[in-house]
Amino acid sequence: MILARVVGNVVATQKNRRYQNARVMLCQQITPEGNETSYSVLALDSVDAGVGDTVLIVQEGWSASTAATGEAGAAIDSAIVGVVDRIDLL
Amino acid sequence: MQLARVIGTVVATVKNDSLHGRKLLIVQTVDRNLEANGKPMVAVDAVGAGVGELVFWCRGKEASFPFKREDTPTDCTIVGIVDSEQHVTREPVRKRATPPLAR
Repeated sequence: MILARVVGNVVATQKNRRYQNARVMLCQQITPEGNETSYSVLALDSVDAGVGDTVLIVQEGWSASTAATGEAGAAIDSAIVGVVDRIDLL
Repeated sequence: MQLARVIGTVVATVKNDSLHGRKLLIVQTVDRNLEANGKPMVAVDAVGAGVGELVFWCRGKEASFPFKREDTPTDCTIVGIVDSEQHVTREPVRKRATPPLAR
């Protein structure tokens, strides 16, 4: 899983049918220290995350698809599976 | 999934049987400011996208799921068309995340 910050979302009317009723969030990966990296990714939301939230994103098809749509086998490679409250580093 | 701009098409006469009838498009991945990021890739279209449109594509094994499963050899498939550039909402660029990220 990666750490990321939700920075926005996208609206698409024409999309794969398995994306119906899903929220597609625009996320920017961050380091554990909170600095943004250059990697941005779109992920389906499964936990009601909002812009500004630090989130956990799973990037494995079966898990992402199951978390976001309740069923495996969708063309989904990333899903938000948690909102991070706090990160403690040594 | 990644946000991308469709910048071209590819024509291939000889190809895997399960790619017959499929549209091949060249996509340039873009960042949240819609600026090009990384190298262009060839994607199979699953939603009827065209050149110039802002789309998002799915990577990996899941890319073949919009088609008859296990049937279409692709690792990059367009699965959605963004309505317009105004439909990409985003907050201003910030260098550092605000709390709750405390050291």
